[in-house]
Amino acid sequence: MPTITMNVNGTAVSANVENRTVLSAALREELGLTGTHIGCDTSQCGACVVHVNGKAVKACTMFAVEANGADVDTIEGQAHVDGSLNVIQQAFQDHHGLQCGFCTPGMIMSAAALLKENPKPTEAEVRDYLEGNICRCTGYQGIVNAIMAASGQTPAIAAE
Amino acid sequence: MYNFEFAKPKTVEEAASAMAAEGAQALGGGQTLLPTMKQRLASPEVLVSMTGIESMVGVAVRGDTLTIGGATTHAQVAADAADLYPGLAALAANIGDPAVRNRGTIGGSLANNDPAACYPAGALGSGATITTNTRDIAADDYFQGMFETALDEDEIITSVSFPIPEKANYQKFDQPASRFALVGVFVAKTADGVRVAVTGASNEGVYRWTEAETALSASFSEGALESMSGNLDDMIADLHGSASYRAHLVGVLTRRAVAACG
Ligand SMILES: Cc1cc2nc3c(=O)[nH]c(=O)nc-3n(C[C@H](O)[C@H](O)[C@H](O)COP(=O)(O)OP(=O)(O)OC[C@H]3O[C@@H](n4cnc5c(N)ncnc54)[C@H](O)[C@@H]3O)c2cc1C
Ligand code: FES
Ligand code: FES
Repeated sequence: MPTITMNVNGTAVSANVENRTVLSAALREELGLTGTHIGCDTSQCGACVVHVNGKAVKACTMFAVEANGADVDTIEGQAHVDGSLNVIQQAFQDHHGLQCGFCTPGMIMSAAALLKENPKPTEAEVRDYLEGNICRCTGYQGIVNAIMAASGQTPAIAAE
Repeated sequence: MYNFEFAKPKTVEEAASAMAAEGAQALGGGQTLLPTMKQRLASPEVLVSMTGIESMVGVAVRGDTLTIGGATTHAQVAADAADLYPGLAALAANIGDPAVRNRGTIGGSLANNDPAACYPAGALGSGATITTNTRDIAADDYFQGMFETALDEDEIITSVSFPIPEKANYQKFDQPASRFALVGVFVAKTADGVRVAVTGASNEGVYRWTEAETALSASFSEGALESMSGNLDDMIADLHGSASYRAHLVGVLTRRAVAACG
């Protein structure tokens, strides 16, 4: 089996994977990083979004061997080193951006990618960017509010 | 998914020799191929990754031709072609969702030739040339029906060259579940006339709507199309839209594209 090395959340790691192992499986099963969720496993839902070399990708639809040598960022690396939530995570908590939490890792990783590209998005831009992230619970308004708040803007409809 | 051998060549020559192996298949961004392999609808014995071939990644302009490397992602085209060929960059910027655009490539899209995909309309509408490791293929000869192209099994799309038109616009009517086009229309106005390419609508895959081209070449205005709509006989009918709905959309989207060209 090929050995791949990746820089996951700032730490160099190596894993033995089959060529057919997808990145989400390598993260979860080889590295024990189960924060990356598998919803659909068919590149529809975005629960598995991680960053590879800074870009949001669906980890269920990329072979782990293709991430050999790459920087990979997952939800586990998002909180501050002291364990406190980062600004996006905190905003999700404050603005009811999650209910069951299944979609949340992908939502946070997509939101992080958006705010890096576009630090002050409009609400329409937030919704457009989240096209590939599906949430069964929230109806999205809380998620959009959270991302607007995380970008330092006042959400149009304040959550109760 | 069945296992496979994996090759990550650095040059087109290495890739071409890897592709000569029995059961070898190109891997672009994997956004189509990987789900297909999970369903065991494809089971290549060797996957040859295109994305490590530097000469196949990037956007360059020479004279009035824009050339895009075959392994360039949709996101990179959206960013790097924005000033050079805005109509095409906007098409790329609206494919799928951001994560799909960060992996999916133009070569993969054109090789796959999904009947609802966006790039086939951009390439056919622009009169692009698809360059492979062995030859140049005019877009007019390249698309041969749903999922069918002129490519040989081991042929690699190394780049795609687009003559930059005076004006161009792509109108995509989203199919919100798949994020592909329910119907999409690409209109390009050049010194030699107008080209109109339609995706998502026909059972034959992407096609040129010649009646609209003739009308728009005579007068590039929404009015030139009056109440024209697509040819009912060829239209796809499925649970997302009837044939007459799609034929209607073809007319509406073409008029919107002309209006957006200004
Ligand atoms: C959720 C979702 C939404 C999408 N929405 C849209 C949309 O709105 N519009 C749209 O157009 N597309 C859409 N797509 C498809 C997307 O654009 C794919 O990226 C594209 O169709 C395939 O490109 P790829 O690089 O991922 O190719 P792969 O999946 O890697 O390969 C696809 C096929 O092309 C072959 N191939 C790959 N590269 C080459 C090459 N250089 N030369 C020769 N053959 C090659 C492969 O062997 C395979 O047969 C969507 C996909 C998903 C998952
Ligand atoms: S699990 Fe990857 S997109 Fe749904
Ligand atoms: S919070 Fe339950 S799926 Fe989004």
